[in-house]
Amino acid sequence: MSLFASIRQGRQGYLLSAPALALYVCLLVIPLLLTLVLSFNVFDYSSGINGNAYTLDHYSSLLGDPYFYEIFLRTFWISGLTTLLCVVIGVPEAYILSRMGTPWRSIFLILILTPLLISVVVRAFGWSLLLGADGLVNQTLQALGGSPMKLLYTPFAVVIALVHVMLPFMIIPVWTSLQKLDPAAEQAALSLGASHLTVMRKVVLPQIMPGVLSGTLIVFGLAASSFAIPGLLGGRRLKMVATLIYDQYLSELNWPMGAAIAVALLLLNLLIMLSWNRMIEGRYKKSLG
Amino acid sequence: MAFVQLENLGKRYGAIDAVVATNLSVEKGEFVSLLGPSGCGKTTTLQMIAGFVDVSSGRIVLDGRDITHAKPASRGLGVVFQSYALFPHMSVQDNVAFGLRMRKVPNTELQQRVARVLKLVRLDQHAERYPRELSGGQRQRVALARALVIEPPVLLLDEPLSNLDANLREEMQFEIRRIQREVGITTLMVTHDQSEALSISDRVVVMQAGRITQIDAPYTLYEHPRTEFISGFVGKANLLPGARDAAGVVQVQSGGDLTLSLRPEKIDLRDKELGRLQGNIVSRFFLGSQWLYGVSTSLGELSVVRRNDGSAPLAEGTAVGLDWDAALLRVLSVDEVSA
Repeated sequence: MSLFASIRQGRQGYLLSAPALALYVCLLVIPLLLTLVLSFNVFDYSSGINGNAYTLDHYSSLLGDPYFYEIFLRTFWISGLTTLLCVVIGVPEAYILSRMGTPWRSIFLILILTPLLISVVVRAFGWSLLLGADGLVNQTLQALGGSPMKLLYTPFAVVIALVHVMLPFMIIPVWTSLQKLDPAAEQAALSLGASHLTVMRKVVLPQIMPGVLSGTLIVFGLAASSFAIPGLLGGRRLKMVATLIYDQYLSELNWPMGAAIAVALLLLNLLIMLSWNRMIEGRYKKSLG
Repeated sequence: MAFVQLENLGKRYGAIDAVVATNLSVEKGEFVSLLGPSGCGKTTTLQMIAGFVDVSSGRIVLDGRDITHAKPASRGLGVVFQSYALFPHMSVQDNVAFGLRMRKVPNTELQQRVARVLKLVRLDQHAERYPRELSGGQRQRVALARALVIEPPVLLLDEPLSNLDANLREEMQFEIRRIQREVGITTLMVTHDQSEALSISDRVVVMQAGRITQIDAPYTLYEHPRTEFISGFVGKANLLPGARDAAGVVQVQSGGDLTLSLRPEKIDLRDKELGRLQGNIVSRFFLGSQWLYGVSTSLGELSVVRRNDGSAPLAEGTAVGLDWDAALLRVLSVDEVSA
């Protein structure tokens, strides 16, 4: 007790958290600052990056070129759709999971988590095998007498793979908030004349909104900055912001431009997530404390 | 026909019989408690009546209507849960109004009914609050109001007071009884607390291992427990061997083949050498309004309760004589089920 009190009052607190703080500063804050500085550096295709000259050119070309708008817009609608699908699939899944008996609940929870152990790249290749021109899906379609469809390198492929990867990040927070629910509250609502659907809508859903909110924030954030899946399943044509940044850095070798796009993505992501958080939290704050 | 009728009601979980062929009739306006140790099937019985647990055998009839397999929503019963099961995201007002909204009661009538029932449970000042801002007793009242506002034919209370501390529990007992009387609602309460069951019910149903072992008014139950288990579960009891004398009157007798029950407060403490039985005080507990003595006798250790009338209590080791009115001895039958 006195030990904790002295830690809280004295300098030991800072001392003890110093290693973590140092790691955080070295690995996150400094690279971010460097990226920010880099995004203002002058770049010339013949002479490369000029670290001593600063310009707003990258940002103005970002703002002035509809090509970038299109990619940002695509990134956000794909991320939004992925988030929506994760809610639609993940919330009922978490609910069913929380209602399962003892052996099955653990088994299915592990089944949901195991995909996280497999590399995203491997899973993306798996999807490309399924969805490719000669993939399993098209083979089946043809065997059934249909004509093959272009599935790979479409937003459809990107969204389906993103949902697959992101689903656990939705299920886990929702499942956690479901654990806090009193099952008797559902019985109470039933006894008061509510249908099962009404119980879900009026009693269960409002109470798990904090979990759904964290889930949507995690999924949207990860989806909007995802790189491997759009890279492998979206191909060269269907660019998303992360793949665009990669191209700027490694194909164009225009690091400052890549940095400017990265900063823009970070800011837009923050803006969308913070306002979403505010909107949902504002609606449920009063009732959920 | 009674208002609520359980006919051979039974529930099996796999190979386990939770409730066995239970028959019970409850009259309109009656307050009946289901009393028993945990695992005796009392909560299962209540849940079958509420419709949360499927019935394995038998029937439940409510006011002449068979509701054995009806959905909970269509039974329209008021249920108060042990955990209160309030909706944490709704204000007190909205919690109470929930059942009326489900019934599509027009808004002006809804407001009136909510206000009336909140007044009944004395929460009209807290209508805008959320459950987490209320004390345990207040939450209990909200749960009660929420169940009562739909004007159900029957009110089911599942261990309603077990989450409250001792003082509040007593207060809420009287409060529940007052409200029940005022509304005149038929009420079934599940409890494991015998004093709770005795103090507020019209009749008490004792359950043991899925079966009803005695149904009586509280006073009758206490004064005439049928079996050894009931005499020990409802109040304290001294168990004594006994036999009938030549006149057929039951008397305490060492080696007798009857089991007799004698309540601790029915034994008088006399000076030594007086009374029917001699003994020594071996323990003494102060309970405020009374003293509880343990007296060791040739028939074993007996509990004796003496009113705290302001006189000095007897010290441990004192030799005393015990006396009682033979008419207060109760012959117990052997337990046919083990608890």
